[in-house]
Amino acid sequence: MSSGTFGRYGGQYVPEALMPALEELEDAYERYVLDNEDGFVDEFRERLRDFGGRPTPLQPAEQLSARYDAEVYLKREDLLHGGAHKLNNALGQVLLAKYMGKERIVAETGAGQHGTATAMAAAHLGMPCEVYMGRRDTNRQRPNVFRMRLNGATVTPVDTGRGTLKEAISETMRDWATTVETTHYVIGSVVGPHPFPAMVRDFQSVISEEARGQVRERAGRLPSSVVACAGGGSNTMGAFSAFVPDEGVSLFAVEAGGASLRVDEERGVAPNSASLSTGSEGVLHGARTKLLQDADGQIVESHSVSSGLDYAGVGPELAHLVDEGRVAPVTVDDDAAVEGFHRLSQEEGIIPALETAHAIAWLEDATPEQLGDCVVVCVSGRGDKDLESVVEETAKRDVPNAPDMDVFRGDTR
Amino acid sequence: MSRIPEAFADGPAFVPYLAAGDPDFESSLEYVESLARGGADLIELGLPFSEPIAEGPTIQGAVVRALEGGMTPERFFEFVEALDVDVPLVCMTYYNLIYQYGRRASRGDAERAGGGAASGAVGEPGPEPFVRRAAEVGVDGFVVPDLPAEEADPLREACDEYDRDLVFVVAPTTRGERLERIMERVSGYVYVQARLGVTGARADVSDQTAASLDRLSAWDVPKAVGFGISSGENAREVVTAGADGVIVGSALVDIVAEGVETGAPVEETAARLEAKARELKEGALAGEDVTGSERT
Repeated sequence: MSSGTFGRYGGQYVPEALMPALEELEDAYERYVLDNEDGFVDEFRERLRDFGGRPTPLQPAEQLSARYDAEVYLKREDLLHGGAHKLNNALGQVLLAKYMGKERIVAETGAGQHGTATAMAAAHLGMPCEVYMGRRDTNRQRPNVFRMRLNGATVTPVDTGRGTLKEAISETMRDWATTVETTHYVIGSVVGPHPFPAMVRDFQSVISEEARGQVRERAGRLPSSVVACAGGGSNTMGAFSAFVPDEGVSLFAVEAGGASLRVDEERGVAPNSASLSTGSEGVLHGARTKLLQDADGQIVESHSVSSGLDYAGVGPELAHLVDEGRVAPVTVDDDAAVEGFHRLSQEEGIIPALETAHAIAWLEDATPEQLGDCVVVCVSGRGDKDLESVVEETAKRDVPNAPDMDVFRGDTR
Repeated sequence: MSRIPEAFADGPAFVPYLAAGDPDFESSLEYVESLARGGADLIELGLPFSEPIAEGPTIQGAVVRALEGGMTPERFFEFVEALDVDVPLVCMTYYNLIYQYGRRASRGDAERAGGGAASGAVGEPGPEPFVRRAAEVGVDGFVVPDLPAEEADPLREACDEYDRDLVFVVAPTTRGERLERIMERVSGYVYVQARLGVTGARADVSDQTAASLDRLSAWDVPKAVGFGISSGENAREVVTAGADGVIVGSALVDIVAEGVETGAPVEETAARLEAKARELKEGALAGEDVTGSERT
């Protein structure tokens, strides 16, 4: 009876009031996205090109290639309009909402990149938009809060719980349950009830479709491995999707190992966001998937230096691909991620999002056998939004490759 | 056997909700018992989940207090055992807690059998262990707001095995085939959601209620209306509109919350809950008088 499953994961675990909306969305997804009714897919691609700036480049990374003795390519989603891969999905869903005759957009955001992309897409397509964001994240990500407001969106801080993405998702579901007849909820990752995980993957799969063609053109072959950071898993699924059938290509999902991989049951805190590596099966926010939870099934607070990865769940399809052995989950802790941030900034002239910095950092840990001789790394977004966090986080620890951080305190010497 | 039919046997039922363990185990026992004294015909007891996506701010607050007060699924069962009330009890919770209880039980079984949890070879026990334990302590049925009919077959089967009821919510947006899917699986009563949105007390009673009740008129199961009912007058209105029962949560949780905020003695809060329960029960009965006289 259950629909939209990936192996044992997925499904639709939501309040009854939302079920008719999911049926309506499923119908729209099949007609417009899968069957290109009324030319939806053509319009989506055209807008991604003209408004979004696709295709994004696949850049040969010369310094990283020398460092790891392999051809390393960077898929530059940071060059997409708005500075992150998030626009692919936001534009797709806002456009779909328009085709469905919806009048209003709601969204949740963690680091603010999804909120920013949704606010941009909504302004572009003339739809009113409200974005829920944990209070703590509004403080960590002020530039994105300002950008959302500039695009005409209402940003509503959420004070419950720890004030991060998990609470923002719950709050957006509550809004949607109240306004479901006129409102579309633009879920920001490959999470939530069916059809969201499949639909968001389809909108994001443009990343790997392009990358697959580009790497064949550049290198004359398929890569030996693809590396992408994983929070909810939208850039991960986007970067992996077209390569999943290519069994010779290794797929590495890099999770936030945070401060430790152990769960502190006493305090109900996981000092990481590594649900693929350390989580267990459960039901959260509409889907059965891998979660950070205590033995009773209460969801524990997650942690990452990167607010975009700071979530206790992960997409059900990714959980399934991990169980199947097709995707290997690996982790990088906060310290290494901050180092990765500085490394890419210095070696390639690209200031990455802290999410992306996890993927970059893992290259240091990976064995030559894991990486192989041709590697594609997804640069999921640019780091402007994280500069304040990086200054603060760098000051907290001994980061060998960081510049002199006193400069940022106004002491320019 | 489930005792739920008894609650609807003699006229309109008053069905209050409180989160078990809000704000602590002992006070919460007092509060729930005071509802029974005030005329509750059936009590919905919330087993708190950390992500209550169907709840508004009032019940979210109760959930947070109860979790901070140490409520867990096992403590919940102890709570039900400790309760001194003579009315049917329904456990209202979210699916992950039911599901994890089963996984945990199965890990325990595997460990006792020498398998060990570390092997990762946890089976698929489903909701049976939770339902079995709930039945042992005297829970008559379940409401699981994030478990739609499409995903509910494993829980329905477990409820059938232990003669427990599984209550479903019908929302103002529920139509057509979805109604049939719910009708095939529901037992005990159907929870008619009076308006779109999340739980929370409001001043008026939505006209969506009457439309929803109309759609369900042929169903052979009591219809209890909830979401937004806060006064005896509201209760009278929904019974007049054709409901077989009224479900009230947030208006009662508000009284608990005020007690916590003002530091009121437990007896004082319990007395206020009892009085509010009486008002709501009398409202429901007044509604029946109206419908009764119209029928004759």
